[in-house]
Amino acid sequence: MDLLNAVLQGLLLGGLYALFATGLSIMFGVMRIVNLAHGDLAVVASFLALALVTNTFLPLWAVVLVAIPIFSVLGYALQRTLIQRSLGAGPLATLLVTFGLSIVLQNVLLESFSADTRTLEAGSFATSAIELNDTISLSYIGLFGLVAAVVTIVAIQLFVSRTRTGRMMRAASDDPETASVVGASPAHIYGIATAIAFATVALAGLIFSMRSSFDPSIGPSRLLFAFEAVVIGGLGSLWGTLLGGLALGLTQSVVSHYDPASAVLAGHLVFLAVLAFRPQGLIPARAV
Amino acid sequence: MSGVVVRRSARSSRFGAAGLIAVAAVLALLPFVAYESVTSSLVTLFVLVTIASMWNLLAGFGGLVSIGQQAFIGVGAYTVIYLADHGVSPFVAIPLAALTAAVLAVPTSLLAFRLRGDYFAVGMWVIAEVYRLLLSRVDALGGASGRSLEGMAGMDQTLRAAATYWAALAVTVVAVLGCYWLLRGRVGLALTAVRDDEIAARAAGVDVTRAKRIVFLASAAGCGAAGGVLVIDALSVQPNAIFSVQWSAYMIFIVVIGGIGYLEGPILGAIVFFALQELLSDAGTWYLIVLGLIAMASALFMPRGLWGQVIDRTGMRLFPVGYHLERHVGTGRA
Amino acid sequence: MTLLSVSGLDVHHGQLRAVSGFDISVEEGQTIGVIGANGAGKSTLLRTIAGILIPSAGTISIDGVDVTRMSAHQRVRHGVGLVPEGRRLFPSLTVEENLLSGAYLRKEGPWSLDAVFDLFPWMPERRAQSSAHLSGGEQQSVAIGRALMTNPRMLLIDELSLGLAPVVVRRMYEALPRIVANGCSILLVEQDVSQALAVADHVHCLLEGRTVLSGRPTDLGRADIETAYFGIDAPAEAG
Ligand SMILES: Nc1ncnc2c1ncn2[C@@H]1O[C@H](COP(=O)(O)OP(=O)(O)OP(=O)(O)O)[C@@H](O)[C@H]1O
Ligand SMILES: [Mg+2]
Repeated sequence: MDLLNAVLQGLLLGGLYALFATGLSIMFGVMRIVNLAHGDLAVVASFLALALVTNTFLPLWAVVLVAIPIFSVLGYALQRTLIQRSLGAGPLATLLVTFGLSIVLQNVLLESFSADTRTLEAGSFATSAIELNDTISLSYIGLFGLVAAVVTIVAIQLFVSRTRTGRMMRAASDDPETASVVGASPAHIYGIATAIAFATVALAGLIFSMRSSFDPSIGPSRLLFAFEAVVIGGLGSLWGTLLGGLALGLTQSVVSHYDPASAVLAGHLVFLAVLAFRPQGLIPARAV
Repeated sequence: MSGVVVRRSARSSRFGAAGLIAVAAVLALLPFVAYESVTSSLVTLFVLVTIASMWNLLAGFGGLVSIGQQAFIGVGAYTVIYLADHGVSPFVAIPLAALTAAVLAVPTSLLAFRLRGDYFAVGMWVIAEVYRLLLSRVDALGGASGRSLEGMAGMDQTLRAAATYWAALAVTVVAVLGCYWLLRGRVGLALTAVRDDEIAARAAGVDVTRAKRIVFLASAAGCGAAGGVLVIDALSVQPNAIFSVQWSAYMIFIVVIGGIGYLEGPILGAIVFFALQELLSDAGTWYLIVLGLIAMASALFMPRGLWGQVIDRTGMRLFPVGYHLERHVGTGRA
Repeated sequence: MTLLSVSGLDVHHGQLRAVSGFDISVEEGQTIGVIGANGAGKSTLLRTIAGILIPSAGTISIDGVDVTRMSAHQRVRHGVGLVPEGRRLFPSLTVEENLLSGAYLRKEGPWSLDAVFDLFPWMPERRAQSSAHLSGGEQQSVAIGRALMTNPRMLLIDELSLGLAPVVVRRMYEALPRIVANGCSILLVEQDVSQALAVADHVHCLLEGRTVLSGRPTDLGRADIETAYFGIDAPAEAG
């Protein structure tokens, strides 16, 4: 029964990993870049929520509604300035720029909020749970993470397959130059993709901070989880990313049930095993 | 396809190698004349030059951007700790640390080379984390809290400081000259061909993967030696610190600022980095913020770094390793 | 009324001057051919007019508006459409999605999905197919359809016949008059000289980036064209 609980908790955690990895997957799918500041941006979202909750009278749901558009605008702006420029500045530039951004964000957070571990007072929503029986209880926030992941991925899939802009996103990912001769500005399209990615990062970052404590230095370890989810699932496939996130969450949770100190290592080893035996990932496809 | 001239300027290259050895000889005399505080901060500088040169070898010449070279720094450090426990002098253990790192780089490369580009970079980071987590579990090596280095207690403090300094200097000189030697040979030629046109190079029979693997192993060895120097300098090791991604940040910032793809770049970059670090040492982590911003600006607006500027202004090259193909267009059209 | 006017155009690829001192003017409803051997600079010319490459000198204007400083996607609004060399369909999009990508700006005009389907009757039943699985001629039709969906006034076509069987080439060329009839001028780049001469109102022959010969097809002698095309003395080569 305890094991069943570990499995269910793993799926909830995995859902959150998948939601968080979605942004990484989109940016890779559309622009072929890995945003190394991905994890730190989620931490920025957590601190933003902390600042809003402690300094204003906004309830938590309103903070979520405020943070997501702020992040989308931030994403669009960041793409149009730094990232777009780095795309044209040689093959290493995007990595160097996003890595630099990661270090800068971490240290700015450190200087402004200190290295202390924080928790977000999320009220009754964060502490309530559905009690299935004596040993199994599913927290609202955990369920919210999984549902948000599935809804987000379905919505993005519909967007890229059904809408004019979504179609152009796939086209610009194939061939930005040809996209420009049918009238689309690749930089604008990439900006929209980044805005969507940042919105999911903000949402995931907020859910992370409602689930557990955070500090300025945890961004990189979260980036690695997202990265593993994307690679385990298969590059460029959002359904793969969902599956990869679930696989990672499940592994960590089940191993943690036996030996909490090995959970993260076990996740890394699953990632390496996928690299060794199935380098194309679980669902090798191009979603975006 | 007539009119392709291959050139490698030899004008200043002898001066470069000879100059480096002369500078090293002067630096070697420093412990006899300078305060220990000077030599001890130079150890830090030497380590920075070494690891940055290794990263430059990997990324600037091999095209392999890694954010996980701290794996080999940590492996080197722990090798020295382990060998010292078994009676090997820590100084003698440094080359063995390099060897261990190179040996472990073989299976590492088998996995990591399945990833390309940006994904290789982050995949190496995951692998570095695996090394950290595995070594944190070995109680004999101090577990998660780390432990101190054996076998240095009986040594005179002044002598130890001088020996550490010489070891650091020696590792740096060997690392820089090693890169130079490697890149002037067949491996360098293969990598230049790959950088110009990977598909054409493969078609022409260049064993691209082999060349990249050699560079990867060499880079791991250099980082392993640097890890050995670090542990001798600090007299202890702590897994979270020695396997910290901060080392990658240092390497990357130094190389990007100094000039990627030039052997001189990491040396110049390390000096700039070191100066900024000293200058802003009272201001917490602000030096990292400043360096991060400079590195980002440099990657965008000055992709050839400071040394690229030096070349543009003076035409000077101390360690010319690139082959310069000059295609004479318009002479051979049918 | 002059639709496209290009004057004094220089385009460089690094050190290499791929187009030099090029002038052209295209009237409404005209079809202009540009011929030249491999590497003559034809694609460079079209890509510069489309806004992909930036010229080092000269001006380009559409309908009196100077577009020289505009990026490619802005020129589409002013009526420039390009059928690129090698078709360049979006491989992860279906046939229909490739066509619809041309309607991204939703510009008014005669061309719609139905109009393109009317021009290429095989398309409707294969609209849902991946564009990666089409034959060369089918790909070329989709590339033309995609450009038409932008409702261009100045259609630039780079190597219509490239890699296609003669019978397919003929079918491609049969589509051109209907495109012109819908109020569109065409600038056609070809290596296949006889095709270009057959449809064009006026041809320019490029050699190493320069116009070495131009005129109405009927006014140009075969030997002149050969000389201009190969940049050698044709009779001398024959002898
Ligand atoms: N991206 C580029 N970089 C450097 N040189 C280029 C580039 N594109 C074209 N060139 C050079 O510019 C010249 C003109 O090329 P262009 O492609 O315009 O010729 P073309 O007439 O279209 O030839 P083809 O009939 O083979 O398509 C050639 O010498 C070519 O090698
Ligand atoms: Mg061409």
